Amino acid sequence: MSSLYGIREYSKIVEIKGPLIVVEGVSKASYDEIVEVELSDGTKRRGRVLDVSKNVAVVQVFEGTTGITTTGTRVRFLGRPLELPVSEDMLGRIFNGLGEPIDNGPEIVAEEKYDINGSPINPAVRAYPEDFIQTGISAIDGMNTLVRGQKLPIFSGSGLPHNILAAQIARQATVKGEGEEFGVVFAAIGIKYDDYIFFKKFFEETGALNRVAMFVNLADEPAMIRLVTPRVALTLAEYLAYEKDLHILVILTDMTNYAEALREISSSREEVPGRQGYPGYMYSDLASIYERAGRVHGKKGSITQIPILTMPNDDITHPIPDLTGYITEGQIVLSRDLYNKGIYPPINVLMSLSRLMKEGIGPGKTRDDHAQVSDQLYASYSRGVDLRSLAAVVGEESLSETDRKYLKFADLFEKKFLTQGVRENRSIENTLDLAWDILSDLPEEELTNIKEEMIKKYHPKYKK
Amino acid sequence: MVKGKISRITGPLVIAENMTGVQMYEMVRVGEERLIGEVTRIKGDQAYIQVYESTTGLKPGEVVEGTGSPLSVELGPGLLGNIYDGVQRPLPFIADLLSKTSPKRSIFVEKGVEVSPLPRDKKWHFMPSEIKTGDKVSGGDLLGLVQETELILHKVMVPPNTFGEISWIAPEGDYTIVDPIAEIKVNGKVKELYLSHRWPVRFPRPYNLKLDPSEPLITGLRIIDTLFPMAKGGTGMIPGGFGTGKTVTMHGLAQWSSANVVLYIGCGERGNEMTEVLERFPTYKDPWTGKPLMERTVLIANTSNMPVAAREASIYVGITIAEFYRDMGYDVLLVADSTSRWAEALREIAGRLEEMPAEEGYPSYLASRLAEFYERAGRVKTIGSPDRVGSVTVVGAVSPPGGDFTEPVTTHTRRFTRVFWALDTALAYSRHYPAINWILSYSAYADTVSEWWAKNVDPKWKEYRDEIMDILLRENELQEIVRLVGTESLDEGDKLVLDVARMIREGFLKQNAFDPIDTFTSPKKQVELMKLIIDYYRKARELVQNGIPAAKTRESLGRLYVDIIKARFNIPNDKLEMIEDLRKHALDALEELKSKEVKGA
Repeated sequence: MSSLYGIREYSKIVEIKGPLIVVEGVSKASYDEIVEVELSDGTKRRGRVLDVSKNVAVVQVFEGTTGITTTGTRVRFLGRPLELPVSEDMLGRIFNGLGEPIDNGPEIVAEEKYDINGSPINPAVRAYPEDFIQTGISAIDGMNTLVRGQKLPIFSGSGLPHNILAAQIARQATVKGEGEEFGVVFAAIGIKYDDYIFFKKFFEETGALNRVAMFVNLADEPAMIRLVTPRVALTLAEYLAYEKDLHILVILTDMTNYAEALREISSSREEVPGRQGYPGYMYSDLASIYERAGRVHGKKGSITQIPILTMPNDDITHPIPDLTGYITEGQIVLSRDLYNKGIYPPINVLMSLSRLMKEGIGPGKTRDDHAQVSDQLYASYSRGVDLRSLAAVVGEESLSETDRKYLKFADLFEKKFLTQGVRENRSIENTLDLAWDILSDLPEEELTNIKEEMIKKYHPKYKK
Repeated sequence: MVKGKISRITGPLVIAENMTGVQMYEMVRVGEERLIGEVTRIKGDQAYIQVYESTTGLKPGEVVEGTGSPLSVELGPGLLGNIYDGVQRPLPFIADLLSKTSPKRSIFVEKGVEVSPLPRDKKWHFMPSEIKTGDKVSGGDLLGLVQETELILHKVMVPPNTFGEISWIAPEGDYTIVDPIAEIKVNGKVKELYLSHRWPVRFPRPYNLKLDPSEPLITGLRIIDTLFPMAKGGTGMIPGGFGTGKTVTMHGLAQWSSANVVLYIGCGERGNEMTEVLERFPTYKDPWTGKPLMERTVLIANTSNMPVAAREASIYVGITIAEFYRDMGYDVLLVADSTSRWAEALREIAGRLEEMPAEEGYPSYLASRLAEFYERAGRVKTIGSPDRVGSVTVVGAVSPPGGDFTEPVTTHTRRFTRVFWALDTALAYSRHYPAINWILSYSAYADTVSEWWAKNVDPKWKEYRDEIMDILLRENELQEIVRLVGTESLDEGDKLVLDVARMIREGFLKQNAFDPIDTFTSPKKQVELMKLIIDYYRKARELVQNGIPAAKTRESLGRLYVDIIKARFNIPNDKLEMIEDLRKHALDALEELKSKEVKGA
């Protein structure tokens, strides 16, 4: 960090516009510096510098500008970027969206203070993620495997059970052969109170609360803080992972609210809008959050990220899921059709993907048939789904016998493989055996993605 | 040098005043931390500077210093096997340096770190060429050789735009890149030459003559080599929505293609993808030479969370290094993943400069910048002696928002590239990889490279290829009908087309990048597989024309059907006689069916 000038105070506000105030007569304000705004009644708000010229600074006020006047308001420049004091004791605690404790617990004794914006991890020191995480969910473990250090978002829609799924993952996630549980950093970004209570209760009931740090910005709290909350959470996660050797699971919900806040600040700055009014730099901005995951050489800990976002109108081409998908290492997509059919978890496997799967599976990690079985499930299920729409037009009877078998396979897949209980924790062997079970309903020569030796080894027909 | 002061900071853009005399695109040092920046606009005494590092903490009033030269790269031995950021800072050296100065932050890329791109202390064994004192030399002339890696013999050349008379040349021996290895006299003045020199990235390096790309760049990917081939010195693009396999295809190209040197630019993409290349390539063997792949690879990494201005520069840094190896007479492949992020960086900076936006907020010069970049590709006769021919092949990934190919970056890139590998979301959803759509894709080199195939692999290559393409196009038409009325009402010949098209899709087009046998298919095996399918098709068609139902032709194959589809991953490149056996058995089966049916009738 550059040399700091300490605290300076100014009171000449020349413009107030949306969440922004323009302060004149400022000297030596620095870009991204944190400020404290004191209203005439003595209440204090926080903000940060977005644009600075020789004597003018544009400040974004986190708590909004309602009630701020051009006279009698004092603006203090604190001479540092927004920092989070970090400590291992923060696990088990609850914080507001800026990282201040709100659970009436003891004060946090900081071991270090870090700039919440972080720095990009040097790609040359990253270690490629390859440790299989068993979530106990067949559609994930079998076909969209999660590995330690991955960022794998859940693309959901309003009213779909993404919270239940994320909670199930947090409860069941283990790395094979290691008893160690994940530490959880949870960031609530503009979510409803009920959603927050759902997670809080869930962590309490599972006895996990002492290994969870929660950062909470609720729907009725200032939207500008949402730009800070995920960064604060990830700053703690990085400290715990890379300095305290912990394996951390970060849950960010709901990133859609984050993107909305970003659009709001962009339009009040009168920036040239990109698609659907979102700023042109939204990709880089989202990346500065999602890329804060992974493993590095020489450090034991890791950060695995599960961001949740609700797709506006269930539209996967909307800029928020679209840009997210370009940054994250795959996505788990929830489907309203499956949900309406009463299937849990309603994961649309065809649209879902785990980019890091290939390195996390196979002999020694899961099982030697895993990759081929997964390929076969995809190929066969997608054929079944295609034929379903064809059958709807021309009728099932005009399909060939083989095609009818595919139709049946698609049903079996959804009912036997995909469907499972909220508390059902399937081992990976279990998941793969289940897959063979349904695949054996297809003629053997249709299993074109599986090598002969694997068929001989695992096909129920040859297995005694 | 010019020295000014910061007057305004907004994101990656800094405005400095009192900068009279600064050049357009001059590299400058910004603020107390001496961040790297480049001048992108000059107005009165003000300079608009795009800064390649995070501007957090910068203050108005801090010093901006000119360097007198535009953004340049250092070219010399030591590039291969290295990984650089967008402005050619070596990332492993940054990590080393930080682990000494601030160990807790050593896993990050911190600001203001100054490291030279090529190691200063490493000694290279220099073998001088036949050049003697008194020889007149000019740019591109060979001064000597250095074995840079096991794979690449580095040619030490007189830098472009330099000429004079040799007054001294170093004897064979070990030298660092800062030791002089020759001296030339220019107008009575002596100039020292080194193993390395600098070149401004925004200027294409000169060449003698551009040649027609006529030799294919073999990639081992069947759908590419056979249906939509790339030529050495050609240009191509891979557009595709997320999850369609752009990166896997790019990695495949970087791994298996028959280039001598590969430049891999990770432009605004995932950190883990660069790590994957960095960790895996040293363990993979080049299929053409058997040496570790990293020995021919240079990586440029500007991951999505690294400063956006450096993303704009990374493409130019990459192509300049590519041209440098081209000038030595090598075939270079440059893959840029993804050019959309580069275009977005351009858009972001244009927005900060408050320029008038054109389509979707992109600046109006997007098209001309893309054109300039892709024009730096090509197969050329290089400058200097002895005569050399080298090439730079450029393949850019494009990430269209929402998978929409009508957006500006895709449409403009299409105008300047000649191969179009369109990735398809529907194929990706059913895990048909590579998800290259064979209806939308095209290659302008399919005809120009057919001569090479005919001469070096099989005279019938073009014939098989065209027939495969015809079957696939016919299948596409038939699918429309099937969607309306089902398969039953098709005539038998069309049913056979559907059957064989499925065989082509499953047994030829689909290719598993992670299967040790399937991942790379030799040109010979590609032809053998085509021959297997086409000969079967021709024979079966003859039977169908004689009134035998299409379903029976397939039944007659029995288990052979599965064997044909699995040949791509069951039969290795060096056991091609197994494909020939398979072909004979399949034809025999049809022959048997024919005699049975004829007898029955």
